[in-house]
Amino acid sequence: MFNTKEYRLRRVSFSPKGRIVLALAGVSLVGLLTMTMVVGADDKNPFAGDAKAAKLGEFQFRINCAFCHGLSGRGGGRGPDLTRARKRHGNADADLFRTISQGVPGTAMPAGTNGGIGVGMTDEEIWQVITYLRSVQVKAPEKPVGDAAHGKELFYGSARCGTCHMVEGKGGRLGPDLTVAGSVRSADSLVESVRNPSRRLAQGIKEAAKEFPQEYETVTVTTPDGKKITGVTMNEDNFSLQMMDADEKIHLFEKDKLKSFEKSRESLMPPYDAKMLSDKDLNDLVAYLLSVGTK
Amino acid sequence: MKKLFCLPVILLTAGVFAGNVNGQVTFQRLLDSSKEPQNWLTYSGDYAGRRFSTLDQINKANAHALAPKWVYQTMATDRFETTPLVVDGILYGTGQDDRAFALDARTGRPIWQYQRQLPSDIRPCCGRVNRGVAILGDKVYMGTLDAHVIALDAKTGSVVWDVAAVDYRKGYSFTPAPLVVKNLVIIGVSGGEYGIRGFVDAYDADTGARKWRFYTVPGPGEPGHESWEGDSWKIGGAPAWITGVYDPVYNQLFWTTGNPSPSNRGEGRAGDNLYSNSLLALDADTGKLKWHFQFTKHDEHDWDATEVPVMIDLGEKHLIAHANRNGFFYVLDRATGKVVSANPYGKVTWSKGADAEGHPVAEKSSTPTFEGTRVCPGAAGTTNWMSPTYDPQTKLFYVTAREQCDIFSTAPQPYEEGHAYYGSAYFPNDETEPYWGALRAIDPSDGKIKWEFKHPSPTWSGVLSTAGGLVFSGDAEGNFIAFDAASGKPLWHFQMGAAVYAGPMAFAVDGKEYVAIAAGSALFTFGLP
Repeated sequence: MFNTKEYRLRRVSFSPKGRIVLALAGVSLVGLLTMTMVVGADDKNPFAGDAKAAKLGEFQFRINCAFCHGLSGRGGGRGPDLTRARKRHGNADADLFRTISQGVPGTAMPAGTNGGIGVGMTDEEIWQVITYLRSVQVKAPEKPVGDAAHGKELFYGSARCGTCHMVEGKGGRLGPDLTVAGSVRSADSLVESVRNPSRRLAQGIKEAAKEFPQEYETVTVTTPDGKKITGVTMNEDNFSLQMMDADEKIHLFEKDKLKSFEKSRESLMPPYDAKMLSDKDLNDLVAYLLSVGTK
Repeated sequence: MKKLFCLPVILLTAGVFAGNVNGQVTFQRLLDSSKEPQNWLTYSGDYAGRRFSTLDQINKANAHALAPKWVYQTMATDRFETTPLVVDGILYGTGQDDRAFALDARTGRPIWQYQRQLPSDIRPCCGRVNRGVAILGDKVYMGTLDAHVIALDAKTGSVVWDVAAVDYRKGYSFTPAPLVVKNLVIIGVSGGEYGIRGFVDAYDADTGARKWRFYTVPGPGEPGHESWEGDSWKIGGAPAWITGVYDPVYNQLFWTTGNPSPSNRGEGRAGDNLYSNSLLALDADTGKLKWHFQFTKHDEHDWDATEVPVMIDLGEKHLIAHANRNGFFYVLDRATGKVVSANPYGKVTWSKGADAEGHPVAEKSSTPTFEGTRVCPGAAGTTNWMSPTYDPQTKLFYVTAREQCDIFSTAPQPYEEGHAYYGSAYFPNDETEPYWGALRAIDPSDGKIKWEFKHPSPTWSGVLSTAGGLVFSGDAEGNFIAFDAASGKPLWHFQMGAAVYAGPMAFAVDGKEYVAIAAGSALFTFGLP
């Protein structure tokens, strides 16, 4: 197993594709702001434990929240897993109510009233959504099942994640920064991104007013002097390309000057199968990301 | 020599300019808009909806030299969707949060600005947006997010009249530019995500008195009422939120309508749900329905037909072309509403083709489910409200296309007045399947795509064609681009710094042609050096 992994790593590192990119998807630097508003202790959910309200809340959730948080609330490429007991912006009913009704400044989470999420929810509907979320919440606070310390060793060691990914300021630049990945992503989706990184490419820069964020697409160009360069797309429009190659060098191109230009949705990060990274090691790796993300 | 040469030019310019500023826009001028190509008098540039300018000073040979001339900033957030009008040197536009403005069209300097004081509890489903004004006489007209229609003095921006069309608290609002026909200000309502009952209204341009209303969902006893289950018609939706066009030959308005409510759930509203997602031919004087064509029956995918219909003449045939959100490009007979052709112009999975009457037949498998059903096109459609253009020189129809499939899920939702009501959620199917955009040139004579220019991501920019052999459009990455109308080759572009959600237009002042488009919170104009 070890040999296979080494072989794969070495083979990849000599290929034109350059180093491995651990393109964990959907990680954005959202959710870092701490809310400071004081909420009264009487801000309790009037529907707490009411199964009927939870059902209505599920419908509201699907209409207003599922676009980012997934149909079942377990997160997706865009928003955090909300079935986790520990919420980044507060766990109390009042915290959830505030997060939904006011949004989270500086993040993609909009205010849940008119002009914000969907086409608006009433206070009652927001409480229904909270009731639903409580009904699908995992019972115990999510604890990493693996060995986070060993996961960190793997990250910067034999699994070589740190070659391309940064966590808390340490690591590579070619893939997305994973500092908050453990906060905004479910453990399942982290696992999926390691095993099958091309399934859902990570999101990169999100420009004001632009509908879709740039993704970590693989790009290969031939420069005017005939040099072939492969890397990740940092940004792109109809006429220009900003890319980073495997040596973390940024290249800025005008497309019409290039001899060739080819994009691929095959991530530069290789899929880590069980031979390259055992289930146990992967668990440890995820445990490390969760421990950092939920600090 | 130089001084002597300049003097008569200045005199001539000043004389023409002074005369024009005081000239009133009459219905006759609107009818004859092609006789004054320096002006842009209606939302789509002419009554036919062509968004075609006969100006040719900017053309294929010199487009590469285009440069920004001025920029007007609203400094407002949300999308800036205006198509400005230009009348005799003055540009009239609207912006986010129901603002309006008049600018010196040569310099961009504001002459007046109007800001509506909106209530805090308005119900804009999809942004605090407005797409423009209409003009007649000495007034400009706009619809507001609190569902009023207002007339502003064209010289000062003062409110001349202000009429509440309907209670905005029930989910109604206005976003499109009105259309002036004769002495009527015509506008369709928004609110298809709130279980409204849609309508098209006509107001007396002088007084604001309502002259007629056509309900896009027929009431008891009216034809089409039987296409609704039970009382579902009362909250049937079918808004009419894009500016229509006018055919003076038949004195006929062509107005399009949006989705039935709730948009992504058909349960409880069995039937075709007339006149949702339809093209309506209305008598301009009375608002009476002459004929209709429903593009998507019993829609469950939010495929509003609120795309500008375009009147085109091919030989002896008087036609109307419509690139629909459901992925089909339709050509209809203008007099009868009969379908001449219906062809896909993007990826379509919900239907394998049209029946004898030109209605695409829906596949059962496309119905949204609780778990989610993948359907192409997605909810935003193969195109959307962004204006297409028809160039009578190339005889091509240009449209912004989107390639994006969605997962449509559905869930029951009780109706509550004034609250969101669409019964489902949808998501981009973004696993391994990229979404992208394109500018496509379609030949209306056979529905075939003559050329395509691909965008890296879907855009919401409208399209303008000009007699200079050019087509102008924007992209989601902030570029404004001039294309060779015949080949689709980009000849020039400018990076405006924010995505485009508006349609371009052209005008001229003092003999100089300009092209304008909104992007971000700014209105940009471009011209030759």
